[in-house]
Amino acid sequence: MRRVVVVGAGPAGRAAAAATAAHGVEVVLVDSAPKLGGQYDRQDTRESGDRFALPSGVEYLPDSVVWAVEPAPGGHRVHVRTGPADSPERAGRALETRALVLATGAYDRSLPFPGWDLPGVYTAGAAQALAKSQGIAVGDRVIVAGTGPFLLPVATVLCSVGARVVAILEANDPVTGWMKRPGGAVAGWGKFGELARYSVLLGHHHVPMVRRSAVIAANGTDRLEAVIASRLDHDWNPVAHTERRFEVDAVAIGFGFTPQLELAVAARCDIEGGFVAVNAAQATSVPGVFAAGEITGIGGAELATHEGTIAGTAAAKLLGARVRVPFRAMRHVRSGRRFAAALQSAYPVRPGWKGWLRDDTLVCRCEEVPYGELRRAVGGLDIGGVRSLKLATRAGLGLCQGRVCGRNVAELAGLADAADGFSRRPVAAPVRLGELAEDTPVESER
Amino acid sequence: MGGIESADVVVIGAGIIGAACAEALSAAGVRVLVLDRAAPAGATTASGEGNVLLSDKQPGPELELAKASRRRWPQLLDEVRELIGPDLAEVEWDPKGGLVVATGADEMGPLAALTAAQRAAGVEVEDLDAGQAREMEPHLTDQLAAVAHYPDDAQVQPVLATAALLAAVRARGGEVHGGVRADGLVTGRSGEVVGVRTGSDAIPCGAVVNACGPWAGHFSETIGAPIDVLPRRGVVLVTAPMPPFVRRKVYAADYVDAVASAEADLQSSAVVESTRSGTVLIGSSRQRVAFDDDLDVEVLRGLARGAIRLFPGLAAVPVMRAYGGFRPYTPDRLPVIGADARVPGLWHATGHEGAGVGLAAATGLLLADLYTGREPVVDPGPFRVDRPEVALEAGS
Repeated sequence: MRRVVVVGAGPAGRAAAAATAAHGVEVVLVDSAPKLGGQYDRQDTRESGDRFALPSGVEYLPDSVVWAVEPAPGGHRVHVRTGPADSPERAGRALETRALVLATGAYDRSLPFPGWDLPGVYTAGAAQALAKSQGIAVGDRVIVAGTGPFLLPVATVLCSVGARVVAILEANDPVTGWMKRPGGAVAGWGKFGELARYSVLLGHHHVPMVRRSAVIAANGTDRLEAVIASRLDHDWNPVAHTERRFEVDAVAIGFGFTPQLELAVAARCDIEGGFVAVNAAQATSVPGVFAAGEITGIGGAELATHEGTIAGTAAAKLLGARVRVPFRAMRHVRSGRRFAAALQSAYPVRPGWKGWLRDDTLVCRCEEVPYGELRRAVGGLDIGGVRSLKLATRAGLGLCQGRVCGRNVAELAGLADAADGFSRRPVAAPVRLGELAEDTPVESER
Repeated sequence: MGGIESADVVVIGAGIIGAACAEALSAAGVRVLVLDRAAPAGATTASGEGNVLLSDKQPGPELELAKASRRRWPQLLDEVRELIGPDLAEVEWDPKGGLVVATGADEMGPLAALTAAQRAAGVEVEDLDAGQAREMEPHLTDQLAAVAHYPDDAQVQPVLATAALLAAVRARGGEVHGGVRADGLVTGRSGEVVGVRTGSDAIPCGAVVNACGPWAGHFSETIGAPIDVLPRRGVVLVTAPMPPFVRRKVYAADYVDAVASAEADLQSSAVVESTRSGTVLIGSSRQRVAFDDDLDVEVLRGLARGAIRLFPGLAAVPVMRAYGGFRPYTPDRLPVIGADARVPGLWHATGHEGAGVGLAAATGLLLADLYTGREPVVDPGPFRVDRPEVALEAGS
């Protein structure tokens, strides 16, 4: 049997699976969540039924993680475990495929600041996920801080589950940013309608948006009690005498997104500028591996969907299906990428954040590595290179394996180019030794 | 390149062996410069567990070097601490001891023969019964045929140790440059080393030490004095941090055979130990697959099975990551340490396979002894460069 394996059931992965199936080629769609949707379309797990339907010919594996991708004759072998993460009985499968589509998405980026390890400090994505999937508000009085349009839907969903959003602090001045790339703004004109709707909703809830401001410290003994916000200059250095204290019990932080590159790196796809490099057919540098969605560049759900359609079609073609060239999706991708580039330049992360840290501020929360220790390794011992830095400081070696801290640690150590070194993880998701020891029959394509 | 003037000796390769050689030379008053094409301590050194072992050595020249190195490591760390201060010299030195475990009756005879020979060679070994062994390591399997305890086995954090040795080199006025590739040698009228080429520049020097680890064979070829050093791949599994589970280094009795084997095929043998951060490291595999570092799930499966055989409780523990690396392998399984008579001024210090961290302290000392004409710390004969097993003919 020939089959396409799609990893990730967000907008890009679902579109890829649908496009492949539409050409009569079988698809296995693997996703770690219990329901379709991914981060953007996350569904309420308490409700029965599914908002999304998959065409026939798609075998959907929910609650499934791909923990390894290894080369196999003519393609790749994808190792999957299915079942809740804490279940002792997850079933293992090893799927061989000549056409692998990676749509693993992105997670939101946090920047460290004194007190960011207090309970009550959430990533914007986690706050959104709790609200969407379980109807839970992370706090009664919440500040949403960071940069980028994603802060608006997060604030909106927090209001909808009963939180009082005290303010949205946007570290950039987006109006100036957009003016610099008017072409990009026009390319994504539809997006502005979406953002305008959020603004209206937030207006109803009296949520003020403060530009050029950020949370630069969090206070509290056992959990968050208040945050210190400050005005920022253009480079994000705090402006003196502009500090302001907000009494809140939760803060949601989002500074853009970091692509989830582990599987792409494991498959040896070329990474350019922090994202998987793809051609017009969404093919990566590795034959038989396609990529779609946020791992190829942060551009939102609509762009991801079109990329998924192209990737799924190209994968079907590779397996011998006669396909129609998806011209419409390709046109949307071209304009979507222009919008994405404009988005990136309107909401950059500027270097002044490094000045928010103190020596005792944790840069890696899993391994509790303070900034001072990182400075000792880089300054005192002259350690460079991601691998040695990780081993010398343990930053990025904990449970999240550098997903939260990798980029920040790389930038603090002056190794910004090496940030994807944190994505080199042959075991891409935790797997129990007992599971690893089991014999898993290989499901070959023929 | 700007800033690099000249040096007595240029050490190429800033792994643990290059760092130890540079440290010992600088301690002897030699002006040293260390080059690495990438970041120091970023390749083989960063892939090791930091073993300083006697238990896995059969009697012979390597065991003699290991004994000297085990004696030298604590002294060396004292000296470095004195020089750069206790904070930078904190390298997690831990004389934790090792257990070698025979789980099947068929392994008892070979283990008894090994321990007897090691005892005769001056290694401290204690035979334990199952009860004693499980008292030391409560999570150990109850399928124990024989267990040997090596109180002198130790561990050090290899990246920190390398960084500390290099900091000592800098403190003595030496230089360390990462991201600089040595492209070749500059030789004088009678073929002797007078410099090292890096791109379009040359660094004048009187001698060069090839400490390129698994890449030492390749480098020696480019400079026309080939030695037979090949990469031998290894993979380590790392668990999530957990409460204290294993105190010592614990490994299966067949490990010694796997280390000593010359097979190119996969050799896998269980080695289990914990780190200070609470993770458990699981090795070890040996495979001669050139510099191919593609993931091979079968290798991981073998490691998992071996570890569970020693510690059944590990089955429920999540593996957080795996990492691979390359060991510098020589056909006769002995390191290459000494001067290369084919090119006056060229030295080699490489080929330590998986024991580079353990053997580094004595290797650095031995190289400096030979360079300065001091009485050598161990007999250098078995490690000499011109032995037929490693010296290749140029162009072969």
